[in-house]
Amino acid sequence: MDNVPPDTIAAGEQIFRGIGVSAGIVIGRAFLRTPPDDHVIERDISRADVPREIARYEAALIATRQQIRAIQKDCDPDVAAIFDAHLLFLDDGPFIKNVFTGIEGRRKNVEVVLRDVAAGFMQSLSRVQDEYLRERANDMQDVARRILHNLAGKQVTLADITEPGMIVVANDLSPSETVSINKDRVGGIVLDLGSPTAHTAIVAAKLGIPAVVGLHNISVAVHPGDELLVDGGKGLVILRPTPERRTQAMRQEESKRGIKIELERLKDLPAETADGYRITLSANIELPKDVDAVLAGGAEGVGLFRTEYFYMSSKELPAEEDQYEAYRTVAQRLAPAPVIIRTLDLGGDKFLSNLDVNWEESNPFMGWRAIRFCLAQPDLFRTQLRAILRASIVGNIKIMYPMISNLDEIVRANVILDQAKKELMEKGHPFNPHVEVGAMIEVPSAALVADMLAPYVSFFSIGTNDLIQYTLAIDRGNERVAYLYEPTHLAILRLIKNTIDIGHRHGIWTGICGGMASDPLMTPLLLGLGIDELSVSCSALPLVKDAIRRVSLSESREIAELALTSQSTVDVHDMFRELTKKIAPEILELVE
Amino acid sequence: MTHSAGKNDSKISREYVIRNRYGIHARPAAMLVKTASKFQSDVTVEKGAVRVSGKSIMGLMTMEASCGAKVRIVAEGVDAEQALDEIALLFENKFYEE
Repeated sequence: MDNVPPDTIAAGEQIFRGIGVSAGIVIGRAFLRTPPDDHVIERDISRADVPREIARYEAALIATRQQIRAIQKDCDPDVAAIFDAHLLFLDDGPFIKNVFTGIEGRRKNVEVVLRDVAAGFMQSLSRVQDEYLRERANDMQDVARRILHNLAGKQVTLADITEPGMIVVANDLSPSETVSINKDRVGGIVLDLGSPTAHTAIVAAKLGIPAVVGLHNISVAVHPGDELLVDGGKGLVILRPTPERRTQAMRQEESKRGIKIELERLKDLPAETADGYRITLSANIELPKDVDAVLAGGAEGVGLFRTEYFYMSSKELPAEEDQYEAYRTVAQRLAPAPVIIRTLDLGGDKFLSNLDVNWEESNPFMGWRAIRFCLAQPDLFRTQLRAILRASIVGNIKIMYPMISNLDEIVRANVILDQAKKELMEKGHPFNPHVEVGAMIEVPSAALVADMLAPYVSFFSIGTNDLIQYTLAIDRGNERVAYLYEPTHLAILRLIKNTIDIGHRHGIWTGICGGMASDPLMTPLLLGLGIDELSVSCSALPLVKDAIRRVSLSESREIAELALTSQSTVDVHDMFRELTKKIAPEILELVE
Repeated sequence: MTHSAGKNDSKISREYVIRNRYGIHARPAAMLVKTASKFQSDVTVEKGAVRVSGKSIMGLMTMEASCGAKVRIVAEGVDAEQALDEIALLFENKFYEE
C-alpha cells in the first residue's frame, strides 16, 4: 500500500488525510490501543528507522531472556531443560542475524521480520525426518511469541482509558471493542484501516464521536499522549496542532454547535417537506439506552434495532428473558411509535466468540451470515423470535429479516416464526399474533425480485451499505477500492427505485435504514425516488429532518429524475451538493 | 589435520561418526551449541555438502545428523584446539546419553 507522506505545514504540525466517518471537531490527547500479540502489523520503515528497530529487537531479546530464566528458576529440573532449548533458540546466531539483515534489507518493522524468520525456521524443522525434532517447531513458535509479546509492550485496551475526551488511535478496532466505546471517555477515533460503512464508523456516528478512518499509518506516527485535532467532517487529523489551528478549529466548532442548537428546535416539528408531503423519520438503535437519543432527536420510532450487540457483548448466548426485557423496554418507551427489530445479522464483519462455530471463511460477506445463519441455527433463531414476540404485546413491534436474497428464505423464516408462536401459546405467553414482518433489501437479487417478495411481507427496508457493496462488488473494508463505493451509482438508484415502486404497487411501504438515509445531502434524492420512511443514526436526526423540511417534493422529484438519467455519479453528487447549498446551507456547514 | 590460518589463528578439523542412538537431536544439539559457544573460535559442523554453525541450535537441528552419520567439526580461531578437545568429549561419550 502506498503510504502518502503526511504534509508538514507549520513546525511540528503534521496533517493526515483519511475518510471522515463521523462529523465533528475535537482536540484531545492520543490514547494508543496496541494490537493483540498475535496480530502483527506490517509497516515499511525508512533507513533512519533501522537502528531503532534493531534496538527494539535487542531490548525484546533481553526482556525475553530474563523472563525465560525466571520461569526456569521456578520450575522442575526436568522441565527446566526445555527452557534451555528456548534460551538457545533465543540466542541463536543465524536467527538473530537473519532478523537484523531482514530489517535492513526488507525495510520492514521487526515484528514482521521476526515472524517471517521464525516461520522459515519452523518450516525447515517441519521438513526433518525425526518426529521429535519436528516438534521443536512448537518451541520455536513459543519463543517467537514471547519476543513479539515483549515487542508489543504492555497490552493496552480501551478499558484502560482513564481520562475523559481522549482520542483513540489504533490500527483497527474489532466490533466487540467498538461496542464498548463510551462517549464520556472517548473524544474521537482515528484508525489506520476502515471504511465509511465499517461497524466502528456506524457506532461513532451514532454516538456523535468525531472519527476518521483509512489513515494508513497514524497508529505508527502518533505516540501516547500526543495532542491531536480530529476533524471528522473533513476527514483530517492534525498531530500537534499549532495554537492558530486550535483557535480556528474551536471557532468552527462553536459555529457548528450554534447550528446544532438551532436544528434541535426542529425536534417536535413533523418530518414534512416544504410543500406538505409527510414521511416517517425514524432512528437506528443498538441498545435500549439509545431510546434517549431517539426521543431527544424527535424520531417517530425505530426503523432499525440492531440486535447483534446482545450476542457480541457476552461470552454466553443471550437468554430469551434478557432479550425480551430489552425489546419490551424499547417498545414500551416508544409506544405507539413502531420499533422494527432486525433479527440477528451475524457474519460478515460481526462474529461470535461464544458459539462453537467455525467462522473461517475466505469471503465472509458472501458467506454464512444473517438469515442464512439463523435458518441453519433454528434453536438460536427461535429463542430470539420468542423474545421479540413476547415483547410485541406492549408496543408496536415489527420484525425484519436481514439479507434476504430469495423468497424461500422468507417462507422458511416465517415457518420458524410460526413454531415460535406455537411454543409461546403452549407456554401460555401472550404475544401479538399479527406482528408485521418485513424484509431487508440489501442483496441485489432481492431488489430485482421485489415483486415476488412483496406479497409475503408488510414492508421493505433497504440496507444501502450492503446493497452498494454487493451491487458494485466493493469490499467495504478494503480501502484500496473504497473510492468505488458510490451510493449514487445509477445501478443503486435503479434498484432503490424498483423496490419502492414495486412496494407501492403491492400496497406496502419502503424505508431505508442504511447509511445513505443518514446523509442529509441524499435526502432530496430519496424523497424524489418515493421513499416512505428514513431510518437514520440518532446524531443525524436533526440534519435529515432539516433537509426534509427545506425541500419540496416537486423539487425532489425533478432532481431524482435528473439523477436517474445522469451518466456521472460525480455530477449527481455535485447536483445534490448544490441543491443543499441553495436550500439548507447550514447542513453543508455542519457536514463539511 | 591442522594448518595455520593466521598468526595465532588456526583452522583444524576432526571427523566423527555419530554413535548415540537418536543422532544429534535437540538435547545433544543444545550441548554442542553450549560447548562451542564457550570458545571464541568459529565452529562449523559439516555433513556432506551441508554446513552449519556449531553455535546455532537451529542449524544443528535442521541438519539431521542421525546415528551412523559422518560429520566433520571445523574450528577456526585462537582457541580452536581447546574447542575441538571439549567437543570431542561429547562425541566420545555419546553426548552422555546412554
